Formats: sequence, C-alpha cells, structure tokens
Amino acid sequence: MGIYFAILFVGALIAGLLGSLTGLGGGIIIVPLLTIGLGVDIKYAVGTSLVAVIATSSGAAVSYVKEGLTNFRIAMFLETATTVGAICGAALAAIISSWSLMIVFGVLLLYSAFNSFKNRKTEFLSINEQGIKENSFAEKLKLDGTYPVSPGNNISYHASHLCGGYLMMILAGILSGLLGIGSGAFKVIAMDTIMKLPFKVSSATSNFMIGVTAAASAGVYLSRGYIDPVLSMMVVLGVLIGSMTGARVLMRSNTKILKVVFSLVILLLGIEMIRNGILDIIR
Amino acid sequence: MKTDEKKTDERFRVMISNVLRLGVSLSAILIIIGGVLFFIQHPDTVFDYATFKSEPSKLKDIVLILRNAFSFSGRAVIQLGLLILISTPFLRVLFSLIGFAIEKDRIYVFITGIVLVVLSFSLFG
Repeated sequence: MGIYFAILFVGALIAGLLGSLTGLGGGIIIVPLLTIGLGVDIKYAVGTSLVAVIATSSGAAVSYVKEGLTNFRIAMFLETATTVGAICGAALAAIISSWSLMIVFGVLLLYSAFNSFKNRKTEFLSINEQGIKENSFAEKLKLDGTYPVSPGNNISYHASHLCGGYLMMILAGILSGLLGIGSGAFKVIAMDTIMKLPFKVSSATSNFMIGVTAAASAGVYLSRGYIDPVLSMMVVLGVLIGSMTGARVLMRSNTKILKVVFSLVILLLGIEMIRNGILDIIR
Repeated sequence: MKTDEKKTDERFRVMISNVLRLGVSLSAILIIIGGVLFFIQHPDTVFDYATFKSEPSKLKDIVLILRNAFSFSGRAVIQLGLLILISTPFLRVLFSLIGFAIEKDRIYVFITGIVLVVLSFSLFG
C-alpha cells in the first residue's frame, strides 16, 4: 500500500509540473498512470484526472495571475468559444464516430509538435514588428496586454487573428465535449500559433482556462460516482505541489526549452490519440 | 492602456489570485485532515480500484457529503475538500464578473455572464 501511494504521489507531482509548464493540464499523464500503471478502472481514472486538471489549473494560476502572465480578457473571451464548443461536442457524440476524430486531431497534434519544435527559437513578434491596424477588434476587446520577461521589465504583445483563434477554440471545446481529453493542447496552439501570443502567456492562459472546462463536467462525474476520495487525495496533493513548483519554474525558464517540452508532450499525445483511434477501428 | 485602468487591473489580479489561493489552501487542508481521519478510522483498508463500482451516495450527493463531513467521516471530509477545489474555477469566473462590473466594463460583464450561465448550467443542470 505504501508503494502504491508513493507511485501515485510522484506521478501526480510530475503531472502537475508538466501540466502547468505547458498549459496542457495533467490529464495526459494521470490517466495512463492509473490505468496502465496501477490497473485502475478507466472510470475512476477519468474522475481522478478531472480533479487533477482542476488542481493544476487553480494551483498554478495563483502565481500566474499574480505575476500578470495570465490574460483574463483573452481567457474569458475564448471561454465563450470552448464552452459552446463543448456543448456542441456532447451533442455531436451521438452522430460522429470518435475514431475518425481521434485520428484527425492526432495528426493535427503531430503537425503542431513538428511546427512548435521547428519554431522553438522564434520569440513572438513585438507590437511594433507586426504593423497593427488601428482600432482593430482586439483593441476594442482590450485583448492586448503586457507581460513580465524579467522583474520590472514588461513587454507589450498584441492578439492577432482573433477569428482563427476563436474557431480553433470552438474545435478545442468540441474535442473536450466529445472525448474529454486533449483540449489543453489545442488551446495553447490556438493562442501561440494562430493568435501569435507569447508562449508563456499562451501557456498560463490555457492553464487558466482548462480549469473552467474541467469544472463544467465535474458535476456529472461526481454524481456518477467517478470521483473516489482516497484515490483523488494523493493525486490532488501531488498535483498541487507539482503545479505550484511548475509555475515558479516557468517564470524563470527559457521559452525555447518550454517549447521543446511542449512539442515533445503533444507529440506523445498525438501518437496516443492516433493509436486509440486505430484500436477503435479494429474493435 | 491608461494608468488608472492599469491600477484597477492590478487590484483585480490580486483579488483573483487571493480567491484562488484561499480555495486551494482550504481544499488541501481539508484533504489532509480527511486523509488522516480516514487512516485512523480504517487502518486496514484493502485498495481495489480495478473494477468500477460507483461511489456510495453519501460520497456523491453534495448535501450528504456535507452532513457526513461534519460528523468527521474521513472520506466525506476529503470529498468536501475536493468539492471546494472543483468550485475554484467557478468562483474565479464569478469574481471576474464582479470585477468587470466594478470596472464598468460592459462588454466583459456580458462575456463573463455567458460563461457563468453555461458553467452553472452544466454544473448544476
């Protein structure tokens, strides 16, 4: 029993650390750890993972919000897309076969992993370099902001391609409504790759948003009895320590390294999704 | 951005950060207390999660969780801590709404309102 809990705790710690650093949440690690590693039933694993994602999100957000890495307005604006998308996703679940989506999204993740790795050295474009139109929609919604690169040194950034980013967020929402996983990856991609936000801002803001997405389905999971207190206990404590540490690490770390970690994690996620999709066809 | 706008944003950030810190700390404390109580009450529990047999209703229903937590059932105390954790994202949307209302930012009161309605609908609906 001691070893069981030790594995659980250490796994959760790593999940919280990686989840908060990349903005992906800890679900990608918790579910396989519980099901494959410890032989836990998938329903308990999913319930525990949901609680873990909320713990990552809120635990890291304490620091990210205070330091000004999280952009509230972008988060709130895009959450209208993810929540609506999630409802559509739940409705679509009856019509669309999940394997085709898993393969499509999996390939999209592989592509993004490659893309993110290739562009690991490019910092985002500062406001002056982008040549922004006056009175843009982003300005009206006050989405542009500043973030600290080092103590006392803030850099301004601009949110571009709102339409594309918004559509990607609807997709991320549909995905989480349909499959319950992987929406964090598409949130970061929407903000970092499409909207051209700094990677750290994308990661912190995605991290902030996944808590809301997860909380939306928590009521259902609780009432179905997926959330076991003893199992969740160790995971939540591990994840909280991991995510709070991760938040401190992110603020000091090099964007290049963060992007490499991010592309590695989504590469694995993409492979896992394609594998699950193919397994679904074979069955 | 204007300077006074920056200041209100700063206060806003500190408020949200404090709400989250309070929620997370309270939840962690309850989970630890509940865990200790659980191991005192059931020192030789065998853990088996290989087959799913839904949690008993005293750990699924919010009212029953509260009632059992106040009679110091270890598992119910942990579950109460988890409930508080689950409610932190909801609380921060609620406090954002209040913050945007204080700033008289109509567009964002509207946007946050939509998120809050959808979230409440899926949480309690």
